[in-house]
Amino acid sequence: MSEPLLEASGITKSFAGVRALRGADFAVHPGEVAALVGDNGAGKSTLVKILSGTLAPDGGEIRFEGRQVAVPNPVAARELGIETVYQDLALAPELDPAANLFLGRELVRPGLLGKLGFLDKAAMRRRTNKAFADLGIGLQDTGAMVANLSGGQRQSVAVSRAATWVSKVVFMDEPTAALGVVQSAHVRDLIRRVRDSGIAVVLISHNMPEVMELADRIEVLRLGVRVARYQAADTTMEQVIAAMTGALGDEEVA
Amino acid sequence: MSDLTEVTAADEEPAEASEPSGVRAALRRRLTETTTWTFLILLGIVAGFAALRFQQFATVFNFRNIAADASGLLIIAVGMTFVIITAGIDLSVGSVLVFSGVIAAKVMLAIGGGGWGAIAAGLVAGLVAGTAWGVVNGVLVTKARVPPLIVTLGTLGMALGSALLITGGIDVRGVPLQLTTTIGIGQLAGVPYVVIIAAAVTAVGAVTLSMTRFGRYTYAIGSNAEAARRAGINVDRHLIKVYALSGFLAGMAGMVSLARFATTTIGGHSTDNLAAIAAVVLGGTSLFGGIGTVLGTVVGVFIPAILQNGFVILGVQPFWQQVAVGAVLIIAVYIDQLKRRAQERGERR
Repeated sequence: MSEPLLEASGITKSFAGVRALRGADFAVHPGEVAALVGDNGAGKSTLVKILSGTLAPDGGEIRFEGRQVAVPNPVAARELGIETVYQDLALAPELDPAANLFLGRELVRPGLLGKLGFLDKAAMRRRTNKAFADLGIGLQDTGAMVANLSGGQRQSVAVSRAATWVSKVVFMDEPTAALGVVQSAHVRDLIRRVRDSGIAVVLISHNMPEVMELADRIEVLRLGVRVARYQAADTTMEQVIAAMTGALGDEEVA
Repeated sequence: MSDLTEVTAADEEPAEASEPSGVRAALRRRLTETTTWTFLILLGIVAGFAALRFQQFATVFNFRNIAADASGLLIIAVGMTFVIITAGIDLSVGSVLVFSGVIAAKVMLAIGGGGWGAIAAGLVAGLVAGTAWGVVNGVLVTKARVPPLIVTLGTLGMALGSALLITGGIDVRGVPLQLTTTIGIGQLAGVPYVVIIAAAVTAVGAVTLSMTRFGRYTYAIGSNAEAARRAGINVDRHLIKVYALSGFLAGMAGMVSLARFATTTIGGHSTDNLAAIAAVVLGGTSLFGGIGTVLGTVVGVFIPAILQNGFVILGVQPFWQQVAVGAVLIIAVYIDQLKRRAQERGERR
């Protein structure tokens, strides 16, 4: 197997005395879908927030492309080529989909107007329409506020934002949770396409059939530590669930 | 996946094809905006007064007076619009206005001579003083994490108290006469300079809010500050800039007031903050942040101003203006709430 693109080891994090992560390990390689699974409270979202720069770890080491890095904020993560679809989507509901897709990376007009910070709204809308078309998202009114979209459409906006900007690793925290059957299939297709372009995809999902279908590897968190790693092809859903619920003993590396 | 960084000719087509429905949708959105119907209320009020007392009300002289009287409030309200769109509030504007006026007057008197040099120095000092209070507000809101309502309530007292300490509670008079005769009461092609200043501030504010990155960040922070932070926007720095802008414009309103009245009017601005907030909210800006326009604020400033003026002309006790504006304000926020609730239902869909 190739060198891990992103590797976390011994990550610890406590909230007001509660130990959410007690030395968690995780690794993802280029061009694979690594599922991060675990029961509620296992520390999945906390680990993702640490690796994507929204939370600072108490301890542990993060290595990116072989060298030790710090990810103190989301901008640092972005500069490494890491994008995240957050569970809460992190959209600005009063802005339209194009404004959300380009949030923090707005395109400005050429020349003097651009230097003054004038936005190129037409170009941003065009590229947003193309991104949505690629994802198979049909939005009748791309000028509407995100607040007026359905839950599924909102999730699609968040997913296509990450897919648009990612260059190395994308974290997807429950990317299909609010989606209907058709949109879920589109997102799963997108995840495969992103993976096939050589990007590392980290999938956090409660939907075990989806995990078994999409993942190349599965890493299991339980009570803030990694308890198992599997090659998806060599394992069954029952084994994974056994590891999640603690019916299994120590870490077994596949 | 960087395939979106290149826009080819083929990409233009879908946008082109969806243009008609996009325009219709934009029109539908426009019609449901609070700003649209408050603008209709304003037109109704103007039409009503014009119908009742055309010869006194609908004159160039009268509208010139209304605009000149409203200029200071309009300048403050433009800054307040930015602050409220970030889901903040600035109660200190009236006090900052007074403080800036006092500083400007003191500097003009200290330099003396009554020339343009003294006036310019005083104006710059006043604007700097206003901006400084704004920066204090912004730093306390972002770095000390004290809620804006409390921070600006505190600086409201501090700025006014400081102005009273500096002056001993007595208005500073004797600012150079040229300031009043030119900027204060002068006109350009029949339009008072103070109205031109207010109109320029409004235009720059409207363009900045709707067309630039600064405006986009203002909306984004008010809409979802955490999302803005995760998107790499320096939320604290932007909020400090927004409060500084509000302070700067309060200072500018102080300069306008000083020019018009040739004195510091220390006691005359205790309700400017509430008048500005009312105007902004009347104009469709949401107190919850993320929504609002400068154009709406212009409407919101002129509804009370024209009511006041019309009631005086009609011989109705002008106190009715306060009653009427209060009622319209509550209705505006009520409708905003209704829309929010409808949206939250949508989110649970």
